[in-house]
Amino acid sequence: MQPFRFDLCELPGETAGLRDEIRGFLADELGDMPKVARAQTWSGSDAAFSRKMGAKGWIGMTWPKQYGGHERSFFDRYVMLEEMLAAGAPVGAHWIGDRQSGPLLLRFGTEAQRRTILPRVASGECYFCIGMSEPDSGSDLAATRTRAEKVDGGYKVNGTKLWTSGAHTAHYMIGLFRTHSDPQNKHAGLTQFLVDLKQTKGIAIRPIRDLAGNAHFNEVVFEDAFVPDDMMVGTEGGGWGQVTAELAFERSGPERYLSSFILMVEMIRELEREGGKRGAREIGRLVAHLVTLRQMSLSVAGMLEKGENPALEASVVKDLGALFEQDMPVRAHELLGIEPTIDGGNDFSDVLGYLTQTAPSFSLRGGTREILRGIIARGLGLR
Amino acid sequence: MNELQTILSDSVNGLLSERVTGALVRHAEEGEWPAALWNEIEANGLTRVVVPEKQGGAGGTWADAAIVLKAVGEHVAPIPLAEAVLANWLLAKAGIGVPDGVTTLLDGDFTLAEGRISGTAPRVPWGRNADNGVALIEGAVVLVPLDGAAIEPAINVAREPRDAVTLKDVSVTAKRAELPEDAMRLYGALIRACQMAGALGYLSMQSVRYANERTQFGRPIGKFQAIQQQLAVLSTQAAAAGLAAAHACAQLDKRGPDAGFEIAIAKIRADDASSIATAIAHQVHGAIGFTYEHGLHFATRRLWSWRAEFGAGAEWAERLGRETIARGADALWPHVTAR
Repeated sequence: MQPFRFDLCELPGETAGLRDEIRGFLADELGDMPKVARAQTWSGSDAAFSRKMGAKGWIGMTWPKQYGGHERSFFDRYVMLEEMLAAGAPVGAHWIGDRQSGPLLLRFGTEAQRRTILPRVASGECYFCIGMSEPDSGSDLAATRTRAEKVDGGYKVNGTKLWTSGAHTAHYMIGLFRTHSDPQNKHAGLTQFLVDLKQTKGIAIRPIRDLAGNAHFNEVVFEDAFVPDDMMVGTEGGGWGQVTAELAFERSGPERYLSSFILMVEMIRELEREGGKRGAREIGRLVAHLVTLRQMSLSVAGMLEKGENPALEASVVKDLGALFEQDMPVRAHELLGIEPTIDGGNDFSDVLGYLTQTAPSFSLRGGTREILRGIIARGLGLR
Repeated sequence: MNELQTILSDSVNGLLSERVTGALVRHAEEGEWPAALWNEIEANGLTRVVVPEKQGGAGGTWADAAIVLKAVGEHVAPIPLAEAVLANWLLAKAGIGVPDGVTTLLDGDFTLAEGRISGTAPRVPWGRNADNGVALIEGAVVLVPLDGAAIEPAINVAREPRDAVTLKDVSVTAKRAELPEDAMRLYGALIRACQMAGALGYLSMQSVRYANERTQFGRPIGKFQAIQQQLAVLSTQAAAAGLAAAHACAQLDKRGPDAGFEIAIAKIRADDASSIATAIAHQVHGAIGFTYEHGLHFATRRLWSWRAEFGAGAEWAERLGRETIARGADALWPHVTAR
């Protein structure tokens, strides 16, 4: 038997109204936002836009009302996500908090943490980043070395987090730190902490320019940074298990196959302009893969709605989704042969320029292709 | 799965896993007709899974039929069960009584005049063994007795019969039914996509099993990352093709003649998955999988034939792409989400 299963999942009819409402909102808000800016999807950050989404009740949609949430279904949230991504809305500021830090706090946070922080996340005013990777700890997450040493009233943190997306705009980091060292068991002794990036002394955030010249991610250096006891998330030493649960959220969404969707639309526009004389076969194939990935992604949403753990299925969707996203600029190049641009081009060539450069990250971020396939192989009974 | 689907799955998978042995498939490839297997399949009502109850069928949906069709692929059953499921559904749709025996599909160039049919279907599955065939001619479903047909035997790469059937002035039963244009190719693509999903699932399971058994360098080859990564890819391709086929069946149940979009997608996805999955399955099996003795090729050769039958992925992609471009760039997302 296959160890994972993808049950068909149809969105309930009542989500149609929400979809229409979101499309109307996006048409008003985004107006003639350039396609190349839209191509950034959840890497694009706009605090004003996040606050408007918060006011609409589109952040923390599934969370309990007492924490600022809206107690809506995972299907409503799915519709919101896919509409935002397909339109290229700048959802990056609140994305991490909505997707994984909020759910993490709901599950493992203290009552005080939930009450003080989650309502601000849901209103689009409080942003998160994830402090997992380090200079010597990428795919090998358990090699985390940043230390949180017990001191009076809290912990003293020393070390470096790397590739931290959005640390420069985030209010909080959920950091994975080592509170205990056991060379025999490196998965033990890891603990998650909420770190107030705006108030804590001893934290330096330095932007890292990526190959395209953008600075979405950062190096975050801790030097004797003090984190109070009440900022621990979950249990001391329970970090590994908590992070594993968190990654299921990180890998399960439609952002794992829609990153190049804007390019697909612009490709069709170019072919349409030519009179539809060529490229039909390539576009048809991309449509087939798009729709199948959407069904797989919806199936994962259905599992979340039923309270099941889709960790394995999410890895499958992310692996296939990244192939699709990365294939898109290749197809666009092969089909149209138009030089990619970073300025002075048209919508198509600018979007192609952006995505050609960023596509390598699609199978790195959120778990590399090799790690995901390792997880799948474990599920298959090979490890 | 609902209750009917569980019963159906137990029935068809139980029967096929017990009866479709390596010997049976080998004999079929040498030209033997597995009559006993067929009779048992028919006696279990599996050929009439989507025929309404009042017309003598099981009254199932295409979502139910998918279980039977996938099982044909998974167990490499050398019988025209998928063809019969579709043929009998078409007959029932037109209100034509569903006959007993082997009923196959006549995908060809025919003329129908005054209740008599003439013409040729070049690649009829098990034409030599079929009692009846179903053709679609200008909006009519046509039930054709094949006892007087001229049969020229031929086979596909999987050594399944694909016979040329020529009819001259054969008296038939013909009735109109609400069907989409090119219905034979469309629904033929659907049954093949479902069979392919089943065969792909088999390839994934069989390859994992083999990798856990076969030892080299002192450990099972499945312990090597290079093999693990390949098998992970194989399993994700099988999963994608499986869901695309299930989606197409569900949309056919929901939309009737307007499910062409999802059926095209299912065939394209199954075709793409097959090319990747057959290569990996053979690579993992090494030389033993390349022998006739080992049964891996029963599935891989079927996939190589089926991916081209009733329109290869390329043909359906061309069609889907033309429609997508004609609909316009900004209509893509609304179209995808409205379905």
